[in-house]
Amino acid sequence: MASSGSGYDLSAATFSPDGRIFQVEYAGKAVENAGTVIGIHAKDGVVLGVAKPLYHKMIVPTTASYKRIHTVDVHAGVATTGFLPDARVLVGRAQEEAADWQEHYGSKVPPHVLADRLGHYVHYFTLHGALRPFGASCVLGGYDVDTKECGLYMLEPNGAAYKYYGVATGKGKQVAKTELEKLNLHKQDAESSMDVATAVKNVAKILILLHKENKDSDGKPMELELSWICEASKWKHAPIPKDVLTAAKEWANEQLEEEDEDDEEEEEAMEEG
Amino acid sequence: MWGMNHHHRSSAPADPKSHTTRPIVTGASVLGVKYNGGVMLAADTLLSYGSMAKTMNASRLMEIDQTLIGASGEYSDFQAIQEMLEAKSLQMQSGLLQEREGDEPPMTARSMWNYLRVVMYHRRNKMNPLWNSVVVAGKDGATGEFFLGNVDRLGTTVEDNIMATGFGAYMGVPLLREKWRPDMDEGEARALLEDCMKVLYYRDCRAASRIQLAKVSADGVLISEPYELETSWAGSTDYIPLNTPLALP
Repeated sequence: MASSGSGYDLSAATFSPDGRIFQVEYAGKAVENAGTVIGIHAKDGVVLGVAKPLYHKMIVPTTASYKRIHTVDVHAGVATTGFLPDARVLVGRAQEEAADWQEHYGSKVPPHVLADRLGHYVHYFTLHGALRPFGASCVLGGYDVDTKECGLYMLEPNGAAYKYYGVATGKGKQVAKTELEKLNLHKQDAESSMDVATAVKNVAKILILLHKENKDSDGKPMELELSWICEASKWKHAPIPKDVLTAAKEWANEQLEEEDEDDEEEEEAMEEG
Repeated sequence: MWGMNHHHRSSAPADPKSHTTRPIVTGASVLGVKYNGGVMLAADTLLSYGSMAKTMNASRLMEIDQTLIGASGEYSDFQAIQEMLEAKSLQMQSGLLQEREGDEPPMTARSMWNYLRVVMYHRRNKMNPLWNSVVVAGKDGATGEFFLGNVDRLGTTVEDNIMATGFGAYMGVPLLREKWRPDMDEGEARALLEDCMKVLYYRDCRAASRIQLAKVSADGVLISEPYELETSWAGSTDYIPLNTPLALP
């Protein structure tokens, strides 16, 4: 790889002459090639979702050892992607930060503080020659117990921690982002704002769509892991109930089939016309 | 100034490091009994500052993960134990490789009792104990059996069908032993605990008649609001020792 970075990629402490830090960009690559994560901030809660391709037939799927969404505190959770052992370190740090806040102030850490602190932590690993940046990214959903509002954040390997209406990272993030934009999550008027029930369906739909569109993964088994924070979960971070998840998957598959048929009809019409 | 003092003091022996050697704000006895279908605890809501009644409405019973904890002794240490257990519970619930179904609590009463033992014994060995006697009551999710245990500030553990801390260990236990039956129902258990709490109110100058009851049963955990025991110094001679003259000379 010496050619691609021309010697400026050997350390996270070194800028290239045009102002880039290659080590951090490589960390970003590790995320781009890993499973997709989607988060939606709905009007009445947040939803996190990950697509988990089964890398090996012999992996036991629905086990804790194959978890990609983790609970940080009662009211906050993170969905992870990238280099998963790195991501687990981030989860551990997030849990420590939350416990620390609780011990000092006797209340639940607000999501923006949690995101900010994690951002600082990740950023620190981009400053030193002796450290390797995190090859992982995570989407953080949380509930602010004081303001009674939810927040959705994404942490990038460079330490950025922005707040989002809807966000996607990992493999196929561009397609996912386009799909998210179609949902008009950023328009906060009453008409177009989305509730969590619809958000769950759409997260499932986008994840399944990405799986089908990807030539490498189509036909191979894939599992969805979804969690939410909303009134139904008593404003706690919890896995989405199995029946809700099953219903969402069915809805997603139906929608995708319908859209396929529409596309085919259009194509036929085009050929005829 | 500092330099001078330092020079002067450096030849004197260092002050010994001091730890908790006595409780400051204290709660009195906690009582507990197992009964047919559950386990019940009782504690009054008084906090004393020495012999002064400091606060009349402090709960010394708490629930964590469907287990009841009741503590006598230093109230701030009990609050620290409360926070510690809540943090531990959260840690166990969100552990990276944790896999739990439904509402199954991460720790049983027995494991919490054992964990408290580790903490209390550790602190005692550091010569800095948490100044409490803690009663733990709950249900084992796997076997369905009810649990009642105690950990003191030395890290001593006891498991029994009846439990009493503080003065209750002297004046409650004989009554509990006399009246307790494994087949007693919830009402009988409540009556027995209330009787004992009355005795303690009459005899223990740090006890109060304002109490709380709490139970763990098949229905889950319930902690009552504080309420007043019906007591009377005038109308009853029940709890006055037989050889005490009723009128002062």
